[in-house]
Amino acid sequence: MRYLPHSAHERSEMLGVIGAADIEALFSAVPKSAFKSFELALPSHQPEFRVEAYMRTLAGKNHAAGDGPFFVGAGAYRHHVPATVDHLIQRSEWLTAYTPYQPEISQGTLQMLFEFQTQVARITGMEVANASLYDGSTATAEAVLMARRLTKRNRIVLSGGLHPHYRDVVRAYLKDDPDLVCLASSPEGQGDLLSQIDSGTAAIVVQTPDFYGHLRDLKSAAEAAHAQGALLIVVITEIVSLGLLEAPGALGADIVVAEGQSIGNALNFGGPYLGLMATRREFIRQMPGRLCGETVDADGVRGFVLTLSTREQHIRREKATSNICTNSGLCALAFSIHMALLGESGFVRLARLNHANAVKLARMLGTVPGIELLNKTFFNEMTIRLPVPAAPVVEMLAQAGVLAGVPVSRLEPGNAEVENLLVLAATELTTHADIEMLAECLHAAIGEDGQ
Amino acid sequence: MTTKFTPDHEYIRVEGSTGIVGITPYAQEQLGDIVFVELPVVGKTLKKGDEAAVVESVKAASEIYAPVSGTVTEINPALSKEPGLVNADPENAGWMFKIAITDANEVETLLDADGYSELTL
Amino acid sequence: MSMNTQGRPTGTGSAGAAATGSALLPNEPLLFEIGDTDHSGVDLPDVDLDVSFLGGFERQTPLDLAGLTEPEAMRHYVRLSRLNHSIDSGMYPLGSCTMKHNPRLNEKIARLPGFSDIHPLQPISTVQGALELMNQLSHWLLTLTNTAAVALSPKAGAHGELLGMMAIKAAQEAAGQAHRTVVLVPESAHGTNPATAAFLGYTVKPVPAKADGTVDVEAVKAALSSEVAAIMLTNPNTCGLFEPQVIEIAQAVHDAGAFFYCDGANFNAIMGVVRPGDLGIDAMHINLHKTFSTPHGGGGPGAGPVVLSEALAPFAPVPFVRRAGSGLELVEHVEGSALGRVTAFHGQMGMYVRAFTYMLSHGGDGLAQAAEDAVLNANYVKARLDHIFSVPFPDYPTMHEALFDDSFLRDTGVSTLDFAKALIDEGFHPMTMYFPLVVHGAMLIEPTESESKQTLDRFCDVMAELAQDATNGNKERFTAAPMRAPRRRLDETRAARQPVLTWEKPNRLPKAAE
Repeated sequence: MRYLPHSAHERSEMLGVIGAADIEALFSAVPKSAFKSFELALPSHQPEFRVEAYMRTLAGKNHAAGDGPFFVGAGAYRHHVPATVDHLIQRSEWLTAYTPYQPEISQGTLQMLFEFQTQVARITGMEVANASLYDGSTATAEAVLMARRLTKRNRIVLSGGLHPHYRDVVRAYLKDDPDLVCLASSPEGQGDLLSQIDSGTAAIVVQTPDFYGHLRDLKSAAEAAHAQGALLIVVITEIVSLGLLEAPGALGADIVVAEGQSIGNALNFGGPYLGLMATRREFIRQMPGRLCGETVDADGVRGFVLTLSTREQHIRREKATSNICTNSGLCALAFSIHMALLGESGFVRLARLNHANAVKLARMLGTVPGIELLNKTFFNEMTIRLPVPAAPVVEMLAQAGVLAGVPVSRLEPGNAEVENLLVLAATELTTHADIEMLAECLHAAIGEDGQ
Repeated sequence: MTTKFTPDHEYIRVEGSTGIVGITPYAQEQLGDIVFVELPVVGKTLKKGDEAAVVESVKAASEIYAPVSGTVTEINPALSKEPGLVNADPENAGWMFKIAITDANEVETLLDADGYSELTL
Repeated sequence: MSMNTQGRPTGTGSAGAAATGSALLPNEPLLFEIGDTDHSGVDLPDVDLDVSFLGGFERQTPLDLAGLTEPEAMRHYVRLSRLNHSIDSGMYPLGSCTMKHNPRLNEKIARLPGFSDIHPLQPISTVQGALELMNQLSHWLLTLTNTAAVALSPKAGAHGELLGMMAIKAAQEAAGQAHRTVVLVPESAHGTNPATAAFLGYTVKPVPAKADGTVDVEAVKAALSSEVAAIMLTNPNTCGLFEPQVIEIAQAVHDAGAFFYCDGANFNAIMGVVRPGDLGIDAMHINLHKTFSTPHGGGGPGAGPVVLSEALAPFAPVPFVRRAGSGLELVEHVEGSALGRVTAFHGQMGMYVRAFTYMLSHGGDGLAQAAEDAVLNANYVKARLDHIFSVPFPDYPTMHEALFDDSFLRDTGVSTLDFAKALIDEGFHPMTMYFPLVVHGAMLIEPTESESKQTLDRFCDVMAELAQDATNGNKERFTAAPMRAPRRRLDETRAARQPVLTWEKPNRLPKAAE
């Protein structure tokens, strides 16, 4: 077996040093009834080329996003990742290092995390950011719990524009909690959010651009929340939007959580992704996840360490802010490298390109008879209403090689109001030809279906 | 003015009906560099033995328990900026909170200086 | 690790700074000190915008993001990488972390567009290969554990723990047992266990260990009551021992109407050799990033699928894959599901691909061999060192980890931490220290199956030599260590007292002075 260094001879030599007759002797604590008491019905080891051939067959059964026109978004976005990013993150020293618990020999990871935290703080307009969480959805749930700790209040109000999966994750984390108010998901608005805030409210959760692509007024939300002593949690699923849109921190956000996948990370069928969390400096002691901080070494040279660890499970145990341990280190690295390559000018241009392509998409969709665009505002994603249920149309277009977007019914099954709705995204990778083909196919599909 | 001690290394310096609470020099030495002190809110009512405050070193968080029952009347504002005062001067500048003592008899049940020093030998 | 101590730079960079230090031991300035807002490593056209769709929410606050051109970025990140220890460059015997070799075939396969470039919400008909992979991975995990169901979606071990305990809570509630509010956790447990239980509102009740390092069945029995919802037990435990009475414990837990959550962090020691389902577990997370070698990446991403017993299977979250006619379907909603979902989308697909590739490479036979080699290696380290280092629990053979305590350092003035830091100067990553908490000055060494006999011999030689030096009174070598690393010991007190978590521009000189 190519991954195991010992020869048979070495194994017996080592058993000799141990003083064990055979390997079974080392498992003597295992109850006899459970030790190798079964025939393992799994295939035997394989040479590399066989494994590769088999995995290629599996991969070949999937339609890759790059195989044709592609408009799928709804919380995960297909962007170009520079070749440099993927090359660098595969370097041994990044890929095969552990969590930087020994700072003297982990300064690469630690300095990168410090740079990453700075980037995230600047993009979101907040004072501090952590070293990542699992993804945007779990980061949202963590933010909700953090707001409860900070305010010592319980009521949480989720806007109807929050990604349905994010809402479901918060529900799972706060199972059966009577103080969790989830406003109905609605393509028209976020529900009557602001009137839901009362003196027992810990936080309101507002996503912008929201699930349907609408841009939300964070300033009024912040003012309404703060007037009652509640916090504003802002959720962002498309981080590229912040190249063009005002920073939530400048509009009064108290906690910003985001999905960072768009920068540096491939679609990967949903994971691994990158949870971002940023907040005010005064709130850091209630922030979950790892934090990297600057300090000096014994020679007075600048260096970095994981800090404020007493918040975490390995020290605080049952009193920890969260049970999180492993986070998304390598995804944070990919994000940070890609963001460094973009720089301010590149990030802004990327956002502008995305918006420009989305405007083209919106205009073209407007020419298809029977299609209604629901958005007055959007960044790179929008919702249209078809004259027929959206899911079969999407399936029909997929057969033609066009991945048209996400039928809202996939995330909100059984809700008649959304059955005909389709959420579509455009990015810098969307071409004019893609948009034309989509419009043609939609036209054909609706026409056929309508008759 | 008397100073009494708990087996958990808190001291309470009693001035009339008020007690000033902190941790002993021995405790601060065991804990190492204190990096953060979480203090109770003024007005909080504590029973003897309740968790009143938390002191954190880099790798540990330790609870400080109320040596007697009472109401918190004042907290040491200097500790938020300078938690190291607990190390440098635990018995004076590094005090943590003042408590209005409900039951003076509870003070009597605590250790005196000799009793406490026997504990830390 | 070879280090050029002569070339070590001092001082810190400032804006516009060039890198200093030797090429092999760089002192790399921060991204914000090298780059600026004009530089960029991408070529993107600047397009005209129709802002009428932005609703007046355009950015006013400057981003102030530093950029680097491609060659500058390449150098910045390559130079930074040189400051890290990694498995590829040296032994990484961190107990309970399973730092094994990460095969590069896994990386290659994960990057096939058919896996990396597919969207989680594409039509199901276009991702049949992905579902097949999830289905097969599930089959392997179920076969290796002999359990009834698996939830793939948790993002990491602690997330898997959360899901497993949520399932237990849901099952107890469904059975009218919501009054069970206590979870038993042995004192030796990993911190995530009590944190997870507390997160779900449970009261954590510690269970003491016996003097031999294993859980006391009698203590478990005594702690069990109609209030207890579950026990969370790591097996092999954090002392590196297989719990010899695990079957009796499971029986007692079940008899009392509670569930047995097994922390699978140490599954590497028994995969293919012992099936946890045969021991009576009800739920167990499997850290794909430990046992199945998906890279740790400087702290993630992980993946923490949870296997479930027959009793808990109905409480699995969405999504899951099942057969539908000739193909596969992804069940994303179950009406009345107790749990719903614990993450957006379907979990860590990128990790599933790597782990499954690793499983196919090893085969069932290779996985069993890997577990045996992991156990062999730990016992070899223990045997080579147990006459120098004190073994707190000598009664049983160890599993995949060798645990020592710090009694050999008594009266030397050298702490466990000092000793571990001295290992850095010899080219090794330190072992896990001060964990498990039940052992004073614990040193937990997990060599994994990836280390050759030669490497283990050198590691043991170095450990023995260091121990001798410590007892001979050469304190300086330890208290001043590391001396041959990119940094000396860092001031963690300063970092925590005045946290500096982001970079701020140094104060500029007044205009007139420029």
